[in-house]
Amino acid sequence: MKLMSKPKLEIKSVTKVFAGNKNRANVLALDQTNLTIMPNEFITILGPSGCGKSTLLRIVAGLEEQTTGDVFLDGQELFGPSSNRGMVFQAYSLFPWLTVEENIQFGLKTKEIGAGERKEIVRKYIELVQLEGFEKHYPRQLSGGMQQRVAIARALANDPEILLLDEPFGALDNQTRTLMQELLLEIWEKSHKTVLFITHDVEESIYLANRVVVMTSRPGRIKADIPIELEHPRPYSIKVEPKFLAYKEQLTELIREESLKAMMEIK
Amino acid sequence: MEKAAKTEEIVNHPAILSKQKLGSGTRKSRNWLQPQAAIPHRLYVGISISSIVLLFAVWSLLTYTGMVDPLFLPTPVEIVHSGITLFTEYGFINDIGITIYRVLAGFLIAVVIGLPLGILMGTFKVVEAFFEPMISAIRYMPASAFIPLFILWIGVGELEKITIIFVGSFFSLVLMVAVEVGNVRRELLEAAYTLGRSKLGVLRSVILPASLPGIMEILRLILGWAWSYIIVAELVASASGIGSLILESQRMLKTGNIIFGIATIGVLGLLSDIILKICIKKAFPWHYGR
Repeated sequence: MKLMSKPKLEIKSVTKVFAGNKNRANVLALDQTNLTIMPNEFITILGPSGCGKSTLLRIVAGLEEQTTGDVFLDGQELFGPSSNRGMVFQAYSLFPWLTVEENIQFGLKTKEIGAGERKEIVRKYIELVQLEGFEKHYPRQLSGGMQQRVAIARALANDPEILLLDEPFGALDNQTRTLMQELLLEIWEKSHKTVLFITHDVEESIYLANRVVVMTSRPGRIKADIPIELEHPRPYSIKVEPKFLAYKEQLTELIREESLKAMMEIK
Repeated sequence: MEKAAKTEEIVNHPAILSKQKLGSGTRKSRNWLQPQAAIPHRLYVGISISSIVLLFAVWSLLTYTGMVDPLFLPTPVEIVHSGITLFTEYGFINDIGITIYRVLAGFLIAVVIGLPLGILMGTFKVVEAFFEPMISAIRYMPASAFIPLFILWIGVGELEKITIIFVGSFFSLVLMVAVEVGNVRRELLEAAYTLGRSKLGVLRSVILPASLPGIMEILRLILGWAWSYIIVAELVASASGIGSLILESQRMLKTGNIIFGIATIGVLGLLSDIILKICIKKAFPWHYGR
């Protein structure tokens, strides 16, 4: 059945070299990276810090230009950023001068959507991220977790083909992070968007994904691509089940080698 | 906030509480001298008021006892008298008006030209590369040093005064605005791109609103500088304005008028600053306060 459907996103032998200068050598951040994502998949990319996973996401978003290789969305080659790929950044990416509802409809203003319909969309996504009552608040009045919920709503309100998240819960405390993971999974189960999620947290990568892609560090390459066969919906208690722990052990081992390698290199 | 909570926890700890009781006699004074520690609001205001009272007390002591020649420093009451005669007999209000007019004219022209230029320099490296060297160099040439040149070029009329204010404000304004605009967080621009905004669209929808509070603060600062430039301009060659009154009073040994003139400029500068400050806070609720 999967053979029938066409891939949503294809990353084909993408390489990224950051040009150095007199004092610094060129850095090969990504080396011949290939990844195919099918519609409605939730992919997490797991890797140690500095492995180029964010670079890969930024290339997909069009915010960074690859040195070689191509990226296709629904078979169309991508050049530069566009609203068909929604992005959620690590933190502080909300427009501080706009209220919660104004932030959410920021992307809608460039589209041919009437005010009434826009209001309806905003209401729907505020409800989805459970921020009823905070419509008129400014970002600085919200906690970090609430801000990230607005960022997710803002990206989704634009109805992108794929949702890209760059360690969106990395700056949050543990309890908030867990709640946000549950919320994001719930949203995905409802909307079935294609999602590409970057993280360095093993547990997070398993809990959210139906495929975990492990990356090597320097140069970034895809080391393993592991399907997660856990049923949906996934309660948070799934994190202590034997099946989950088995994945955790396997991935921890894989990522540990890379982290050690990365640590040595920085020295 | 977190820090405060922790302090509270520590303070309420029974072991520490008992210790505090033992040394309670010295506790308050120790708090005053603790670096960066807060003091009670009433104490703060009290100290502030006493400094002003002290100033007047020393002033009165020096003048009323005759320790200082009234020619150098008149008594506070005499200065108030000079002020009243200035308004009633010498039409001081016209001098104030003409000085305000010159400051605002020069400042507003600098803003009208400098603001767009600064925004473009902060946004586009091409524009920055073209204007930066020239503006940076002129910025360090003091506006007051240009006065003889301007008198030579355009005479001693209003245009010369306004030009001095313009030169004094414009170059710093452009560079400071350019830096402010250049500091807009990259994430905000990137977020706007992924939400479908074009490269030029972000200028209006992100760069301008994000840097506006900072720009207004810069304008406030520069207006403050303009007040000191106008007096220099009026001291050198002018028949009207607060600066020329100060100079004339010096020639006639009217020390009271000089001091009253200086105080007037201070009050005007302070007033314009406070008005702008309040307007800025009101205009950007998302940036200041809740």
